Amino acid sequence: MSRDENKLLIDVKDLRVSFDTYAGEVQAVRGVSFYVNKGEALAIVGESGCGKSVTAQSTMQLIPMPPGRIKEGSVMFNGKDLTKFTDKQMESVRGSEISMIFQDPMTSLNPTMKVGKQIMEGLIKHQKMSKQDAKQKAIEMLDVVGIPNPEKRVEQYPHEFSGGMRQRAMIAIALACNPKLLIADEPTTALDVTIQAQILDLMKDLQKDFDTAIILITHDLGVVADMAQRIVVMYAGVVIESGTLDEIFYDGQHPYTWGLLKSVPRLDTQGKQKLYPIEGTPPDLFSPPKGCPFAARCEYAMPICREEMPEKTHLSKDHFVKCWLQHEMAPDVENPIKKGRE
Amino acid sequence: MARYIVKRIIYMIISLWIIATVTFFLMHQLPGDPFSDGKKVQPEILKNLEAKYGLDKPLIVQYGTFLKNVAKGDFGLSLKYRNRTVNDMIYDGFPKSLTLGVAAVGIGLVFGLAFGIIAALNNKGFFDYFVIIMAVIGVSVPNFVFASIFQYFLGRQWALFPVAGWKGPKYMILPIIALGVRLIAQQARMMKTNMIEVMGSDYVKTAKAKGLSKTAVVRKHVIRNSILPIVTMLGPLIAGIVTGSFVIEKIFAIPGMGKFFVDAVNQYDYTLILGTTLFYAALLIFMVFLVDILYGFIDPRIRIDE
Repeated sequence: MSRDENKLLIDVKDLRVSFDTYAGEVQAVRGVSFYVNKGEALAIVGESGCGKSVTAQSTMQLIPMPPGRIKEGSVMFNGKDLTKFTDKQMESVRGSEISMIFQDPMTSLNPTMKVGKQIMEGLIKHQKMSKQDAKQKAIEMLDVVGIPNPEKRVEQYPHEFSGGMRQRAMIAIALACNPKLLIADEPTTALDVTIQAQILDLMKDLQKDFDTAIILITHDLGVVADMAQRIVVMYAGVVIESGTLDEIFYDGQHPYTWGLLKSVPRLDTQGKQKLYPIEGTPPDLFSPPKGCPFAARCEYAMPICREEMPEKTHLSKDHFVKCWLQHEMAPDVENPIKKGRE
Repeated sequence: MARYIVKRIIYMIISLWIIATVTFFLMHQLPGDPFSDGKKVQPEILKNLEAKYGLDKPLIVQYGTFLKNVAKGDFGLSLKYRNRTVNDMIYDGFPKSLTLGVAAVGIGLVFGLAFGIIAALNNKGFFDYFVIIMAVIGVSVPNFVFASIFQYFLGRQWALFPVAGWKGPKYMILPIIALGVRLIAQQARMMKTNMIEVMGSDYVKTAKAKGLSKTAVVRKHVIRNSILPIVTMLGPLIAGIVTGSFVIEKIFAIPGMGKFFVDAVNQYDYTLILGTTLFYAALLIFMVFLVDILYGFIDPRIRIDE
């Protein structure tokens, strides 16, 4: 699904977010742009500390401010700029228009409040429901997310739920008010593999039923393949490549994207082929490099890469990449992803 | 629940018995005796006195009598306060110390928690620094310093309250404040730290992501979880403070229980040592038990199941 002004739900433009610490300014997000259409699923991928979560939480103004601050950029949601919203205005957006689920279901629910009540809170606030109605709806939501005995479960506390069930409860909280956008911040990272698959299936089903757009934040491309229509690859606070699922998986152009794809374990590899790691660590965001942030770890790096950040190169309507290898004077590099598949 | 309570009561009795036994034998190991007081006493008189209080019998026999009497709730005659039983002395002194203690804990909790909450909501703001500085002073300055300052200014210079004595509610105010300062400071610091920690937790982020207002998040999600650690230490704290403060009661000339703890040991008043120790121990153990039961009502994770 490519950009379509009529279907556009959220349009983030040149978002810059910094955290002021005693040691200096951490530039966590350095000019990120992406959009999501209604009902679409977008994945933001990248390794830990590359600004995925901060980007997502900034759209809802959920980063702690201070020390965090949105320096520049706009987050247009249904035609309104969320970065200009006051706290009160944001409250009416959070939970009702945009919801969020977090990485660790073990710590994301209040341990001293009944699960049902935690679902009811949003309903009472946004839909002005009475307690009885909200409770009925909470039971219904627990049922929708596949928790057996919802009438009993609604009266229980989080510690009586397993990890997978807690994440289901989180999804119930997030979807209770029928939001237009669900931001899932590493929703399966803390769960074991079989539960991961269940939660992803559930999210996929509910996305259809509720017609909700999803921003899926993950470092696991295996999770993405199943769910997202488009992918944004982030590195060190910038978007370095973006495209549809197929464009990224089969025709990714950035060496970092190749690295991510090669580091996914596959069933069809031959014998003793080792898993491919990306050597090194991301740059320090106190003083981001002036050139391409990936240059220090890139096996194809050229002198120009360290000097200047490459511009966007558009390869198709949806697909762009920021890499000097796209320059006409750059040497031809064989795409290892394509090669691996042939 | 009933089974749990019965089990706990049995443990409590065993603990008390151990405390009583250890105190009894340690106490008799002390060099010196209750009657000589450093002076020479005629051997005949000493013998008579020892016979009167049963101290001439072998230690193990004394121990047996002591246990038998304690089981009946009788701590015996004081060796130093003529013709007064230890039970009487506790009965006289404890209500005064209790009144002071409960009031001090009360203002400590009300003001301490309130200051802690405001400081946390105003993190790194003016009021926060103000509260923290006050709390550090309140915790580090000994309470007899505050007591003297209050006596001097509020009692003498401005003559708002009586300086010392125990003749009615007016007399209680200064000692309560003097006792309460430290409690307010402790609770404020603790509450602030807990609140900051809880406000950074994932579930508070979830609550915010639901669109709850800042006040609703604090009221429904932050405060309850921040109070939990405070409830834990409330048991020993209350037991300590309601049994009286030696220093504060001395300064304000309050005939409470506090002085018995110190005087009894100095004067080798065996029965009073055992009486006060056991009374304090029983109260402490009971408060801890009470807090454990209460805790279950506040924190569902440790609710005691059948």
